[in-house]
Amino acid sequence: MIQTLLQYPFDAQTVMKKRKSIKEFLLASDTQFLKKNIAILGGSTTHDIKEMLELFLLDNGIKPAFYESEYGRYWEDAMFDNEALKNMKPDIVIVHTSNRNIINYPSSSNGDAEIDNMLHSQYEHFEEMWDNIREKYACPIIQNNFEMPFYRLLGNKDSSDIHGKTNYMMRLNMMFSKYAQKHSDFFINDINYLSASYGLERWSDPQYWYMYKYCLCTPAIPILGHSISNIIKSIYGKNKKALVLDLDNTLWDGVVGDDGVKGIEIGYDTSMGQAYSEFQNYIKLQKQIGVLLAVNSKNDHENAIAGLNHPEGTLKPEDFLVIKANWNDKDSNIREIAVELNLLPDSFVFVDDNPAERDIVLSNNPGIAAPDIGEIEKYISVIDKAGYFEVTNLSEDDIKRNEMYKENIERIQLKQKYSNYNDYLLSLDMTAQIRDFDSIYIPRIAQLTNKVNQFNLTTKRFSQSDIEDITCDNEYVRLYGKLEDKFGDNGVSTIVIGKKDGRILHIDLWLMSCRIMKRNMEHAMLDSLVQEASKYGIDTIRGCYHKTAKNGIVKDFYKTMGFSLTEQNVNDTVWEMKISDYRNLNHVIKVEIAQ
Amino acid sequence: MERTEILKRVNEIFCEIFDDDTIVIRDETTATDIPDWDSLMQIELVAEHESHFGLRFGMKEVLNMKNVGEMIDIIEDRATK
Repeated sequence: MIQTLLQYPFDAQTVMKKRKSIKEFLLASDTQFLKKNIAILGGSTTHDIKEMLELFLLDNGIKPAFYESEYGRYWEDAMFDNEALKNMKPDIVIVHTSNRNIINYPSSSNGDAEIDNMLHSQYEHFEEMWDNIREKYACPIIQNNFEMPFYRLLGNKDSSDIHGKTNYMMRLNMMFSKYAQKHSDFFINDINYLSASYGLERWSDPQYWYMYKYCLCTPAIPILGHSISNIIKSIYGKNKKALVLDLDNTLWDGVVGDDGVKGIEIGYDTSMGQAYSEFQNYIKLQKQIGVLLAVNSKNDHENAIAGLNHPEGTLKPEDFLVIKANWNDKDSNIREIAVELNLLPDSFVFVDDNPAERDIVLSNNPGIAAPDIGEIEKYISVIDKAGYFEVTNLSEDDIKRNEMYKENIERIQLKQKYSNYNDYLLSLDMTAQIRDFDSIYIPRIAQLTNKVNQFNLTTKRFSQSDIEDITCDNEYVRLYGKLEDKFGDNGVSTIVIGKKDGRILHIDLWLMSCRIMKRNMEHAMLDSLVQEASKYGIDTIRGCYHKTAKNGIVKDFYKTMGFSLTEQNVNDTVWEMKISDYRNLNHVIKVEIAQ
Repeated sequence: MERTEILKRVNEIFCEIFDDDTIVIRDETTATDIPDWDSLMQIELVAEHESHFGLRFGMKEVLNMKNVGEMIDIIEDRATK
């Protein structure tokens, strides 16, 4: 099916060949595309790279408008005034360079100091460009590092001797990495790894340089496009959020219902056992960086739990937030898991060795990923290279995510003990921090504006530099909310941004993470917003609801908060409230006063 | 494989790549005969013929091909599919 042609693992040649019909298909879908301006500054031919990147971005719900520099003019475009680029106001700048753009390489007669100088000068050529781009456009930069040279003059010594080109490339790459470590809006597109993984011999076939000035072989272009698109979609919050896993022949070799716990292979005693152990370890590592785990298996529940409790297994029942082990069809299990995790199925990666199960799930859940993982020896490679969980911003929240979800399940269990919902809320002993933006939370705040889709009144997306600007701007009233209760801390999970307009405050942004819904946090936020607004002589608060495919739940939110409808259009409604009429709504959360 | 058979298959490939059923390929056909045939299309045409006929063209061969007929000569000689 054409809709799966871009899903990993894709056939690069087919993607190139059918690019026109794939693009038409993607554009014809009823996705509400996120429109982004993307500048590609090339140190070599970029034409097909742009076309492939466009396909993968469309597949991720992002519609790009491109600026492409004239052949090889990446540095000039970055350093000097460029009307076209300035008028475009890029959201992302991609610098497509390669080792073909290295001006000076060490020669065998150079000494230590000379080579150090050469290296720094080469590095600074790039660093001043990045600093300039940031100053002019204040947007994320995606920069290729360097692939290894396709010949080694010094043979094996080429990598350890300072005169070797390979050694020089490696040192340059380390300097690029250091810059990336210091700037959270700067991302390395690791073509050093990509080319090695693809096969450096094929990737760097010089024929494509001599004939077409491509710094890589054309068959690898879809891989490059896919890699860049992974970084971009991660920046805009479009990573998948959960792995939903089958059990038999996916997490162990064999069928636990037939073979018994002693008959399945997992652990270091056998080859198959080792293969599955490595896979279980990989999944566990994903959990540690914030990926949620669930089980979707055709098994009696007790057999599934027994299999997961195998002494040699790394993954235990507690590692999974939801375990669906039953004889229902896997598709309805997926929908139940989605409801229980308060997520949509299109944020899942369904991992199952059975193609028939994958097909059913794919057909009924548009946007879900269900890769052909092949045989056990390939599982990790397929899932890893697809880039479902590409990291651009590892926050404390990501690392603690599974813990937070678990705590939520404990809350749900507590709720079942109370018949009066208000009493339940009081029993949670909730406290909240509701304050103006603090620089320490800016990355998380930006991340939230890109990830939250359901409780989001206007779905305005902000980059980190946008949030930094708003934080310094006196025209705005800004609040973040951090909710804690006796089970744990939910972290920063709600944001309100209001813009002052005389005596009116326009709410430009109001969003809240699913995990703190139905706790009356929105009431506490509104109490604080009113309090803040009245300090500036505001007498009216105006809010707007922009309808999207995902935010139906907040259609009447302003009404429930006591606002009156003032304007009704097809996709928007506008609401208003007079501060003089307002009475505090929150009676269950203790809000800490700022120092 | 008969040369006429090769020509027929090559014609099909051109029609597919250019998304145009009306293209008719002859030995004398060159890039100037088809409007969309630029250096980037060239890359695709070469790759598709290589894949379809199971052979690789050398760089010099590609640079020296004066028309489609010369490409077919090489295919006649080295095709494995």
